[in-house]
Amino acid sequence: MLRFLLGRVTLILPTFVCVTLASFLLIHAVPGDPIEVRVGEHGIAPERLAMLRHQFGLDQPLWKQFLDYETQLAHGDLGNSVVTHASVWDEFLTLFPATVELGVCALIFALVVGLPLGVIAAVRRGTAFDYGLMGVSVTGASMPIFWWGLMVILVFSVFLGWTPVSGRIGDAFFVEPWSGFMLIDSWYSDDEGAVWSALTHLILPTIVLGTVPLATIARMTRSSMLEVLGDDFIRTARAKGLSPLRVVVVHALRNALIPVVTVVGLQVGGLMGGAILTETIFAWPGIGHWLVEAIQRRDYPVLQGGTLVIAVLVMAVNLGVDVTYGFLNPRIRK
Amino acid sequence: MFKKSLIGTLAMAAVLAGGAAQSKTLVYCAEGSPENFNPMINTTGTTFNANRPIYNRLVEFKPGTTEVGPGLAESWTVSPDGLTFVFKLRHNAKWQSNKSFKPTRGFNADDVIFSFERQWKDSNPYHKVSGGGYDYFNDMSMPDLLASIDKVDDYTVRFVLKKPQAPFLANLAMDFATIQSAEYADVLMKAGKPEQIDQEPIGTGPYEYVQYVRDATIRYKAFPGYWGTKPKIDTLVYSINKDPAVRLAKLRANECQISFGPLPADLPGIKADKNLQLISQAGLNIGYLAFNNTKAPFTDQKVRVAINMAIDKKAILDAVYQGAGTPAKNLIPPTLWSYNTKVEDFKYDPAAAKKLLAEAGFPDGFETDLWAMPVQRPYNPDARRIAELMQSDLAKVGIKAKIVSYEWGEYRKRVQNSEHGMALLGWTGDNGDPDNFFVPLAGCAAARVGGGSASKWCNKEFEGIVQKAAEVTNQAERTKLYEQAQVIMHREAPFYLIAHSVVFLPMRANVTGFKLSPLGSFEFNNVDLK
Repeated sequence: MLRFLLGRVTLILPTFVCVTLASFLLIHAVPGDPIEVRVGEHGIAPERLAMLRHQFGLDQPLWKQFLDYETQLAHGDLGNSVVTHASVWDEFLTLFPATVELGVCALIFALVVGLPLGVIAAVRRGTAFDYGLMGVSVTGASMPIFWWGLMVILVFSVFLGWTPVSGRIGDAFFVEPWSGFMLIDSWYSDDEGAVWSALTHLILPTIVLGTVPLATIARMTRSSMLEVLGDDFIRTARAKGLSPLRVVVVHALRNALIPVVTVVGLQVGGLMGGAILTETIFAWPGIGHWLVEAIQRRDYPVLQGGTLVIAVLVMAVNLGVDVTYGFLNPRIRK
Repeated sequence: MFKKSLIGTLAMAAVLAGGAAQSKTLVYCAEGSPENFNPMINTTGTTFNANRPIYNRLVEFKPGTTEVGPGLAESWTVSPDGLTFVFKLRHNAKWQSNKSFKPTRGFNADDVIFSFERQWKDSNPYHKVSGGGYDYFNDMSMPDLLASIDKVDDYTVRFVLKKPQAPFLANLAMDFATIQSAEYADVLMKAGKPEQIDQEPIGTGPYEYVQYVRDATIRYKAFPGYWGTKPKIDTLVYSINKDPAVRLAKLRANECQISFGPLPADLPGIKADKNLQLISQAGLNIGYLAFNNTKAPFTDQKVRVAINMAIDKKAILDAVYQGAGTPAKNLIPPTLWSYNTKVEDFKYDPAAAKKLLAEAGFPDGFETDLWAMPVQRPYNPDARRIAELMQSDLAKVGIKAKIVSYEWGEYRKRVQNSEHGMALLGWTGDNGDPDNFFVPLAGCAAARVGGGSASKWCNKEFEGIVQKAAEVTNQAERTKLYEQAQVIMHREAPFYLIAHSVVFLPMRANVTGFKLSPLGSFEFNNVDLK
């Protein structure tokens, strides 16, 4: 187990360097820089442009800028935003809880709905339910988030008026963001009804962000279950006279879960990608929203720092999944 | 264990929902997050609008106009040579307070000196705070213009200029000329956190800053010590949402009462909705196609006029602006003083255009390039589409135009470097002074290679008039000069002027007292909910 872990961990450092290099090169390949983007029709005097470029180190050759950035990272400093001048790490910490809150809810939603649907579809293989569900899940997995988000807003918020359109809490509530998790902060606020408002604001973005993982989890659970249900030990279990529910839930599902766990782990990266779009539609003040803004403003430190922190988190989650997988399936450890 | 039962929460939510009708809270659906709370440093309309409730300037634009009126200065005098401006300051303006600052005095001359020196002088301890790029202060040439700023007494300030400059007063009404508290600055400097002045703002305006949750909401409350008319709204909230479709959905759900920038396609639906009202105004902008007047064949006036007659303006307005534009015949929009109504726009007449081209020595037309910027701008919703329409019109008179585009920063740089034949571009006014259109877009200084003008047009007669108009302080006299300048510009046709876009603002039917500013700024002082 230790060797397995060590092998995984040693891969992290090169991945880390590759991620910083890739994000650095990609961002610098986009035309324009933070200063030019800020300049409107006014234009900017060449002396002033040179002065500002120098101030942000943008007049250095690219390799030097990259080396400086790596050195800065090695000192544990992500730098400051070119736009707000605040520390990238502080900005990340302020905004990340919102993304985590939404991501966790979306994942729970995907699991709670996706797993049982996948199991039922497998057990009732070939029925209308199975075909219907698989059709819906293909649609769900390939749905453009932007369009889907606007559709649910139009139906549930505008036509039916059941849910709020966007944001994390009603504008009437004044909540001090001490933990950054709105459900917790609203719980401790003096405003009665704040928790309810925070919950209702979570519904639509959770559904939208959870749709793709839900579809993937349902499909994965179904195919994995189908494979396991055909195994000899299931026949043995049935032959022993166990109840069908016990056969499915205890014997089949437990074994079918192993590939599902991997898929769930992979979804974390996908959730980050989905969060960027979902947060933009629902004005959810998390890191997705933050990064989109940084791209438009060519805020290099935010983009590089943000991408890096997300990459590290995804790597950590994947490592966690690998370890869990190792525990679940002893054959992997060898 | 649970702090509140769900039933209790639900009951309270119901009570709150019922009570919301009486509370005067106005939610404005804004389009973006401010960079911080200092309009001296940042140049975006979003940041300006987020700061407007909090701060004042010495002079201010009267609501809904580009006319300059009193602000923190009650009155002012200008010396006959136009070099000295003396401002008499208001005695009754108070500073707001927050957790770390309780003001011991009201607004006075020290605050004015501090606010300008912060932007002007390296030696000011605040000059470098929060990144210290004072773009607008520099763009409006304030460092070249200012000779000195002195405190005559606690309530009198004197500005001395190096050369007479009539638009100077309008510059002082711009957002960068915001007045911050010198006392707050001192307190923060002593506490070792000077940057807080731009994050937890203290102003003299109608609303006090309460809270900013990044990318989500900005919250203000009415400031009881405000020197002007007390605002009718107690709590003002900016709810930030980048997507125009979602902003409109929020407005329809009454989650906000005023919503920024609707999509043109949504306008008919908004007009038809009984719960909403839609107000509009011609924006202080101009979208144009600039001829490169230094490159043949555009050096020939006949060619420029021919193109002006060859392009169907109405088709562009119908297809691209979709009713959100007024056709342009002058460089300045009709909302700006000195707009010359007598100028008559060129008629769309391809046959006459072809004749003119033949006279100019191009009976079969010529080949050229037509640049289209890659981004949507307030004055041009779709440059690419406009370029295509122009291309097909020009083909009818024999001009083969190749459409060219670059990344936005690159585009502007190349246009400034005079690499284009014809280029689509535009301008949004800053201070409501005609000088702010004529000089940067058609002045000789901007026409040099690398200068801001896309027309690269330098006409001595026009230049003389515009320069004179900047030095005269009498507005009637200035108006006459600018009217004359517009006649010359029409005759010489250095641009194909397309349109001034119309700014639309949808709001709930019960909102009253909101006035759209031609400068695009949002003010909530006089807004009420019925």
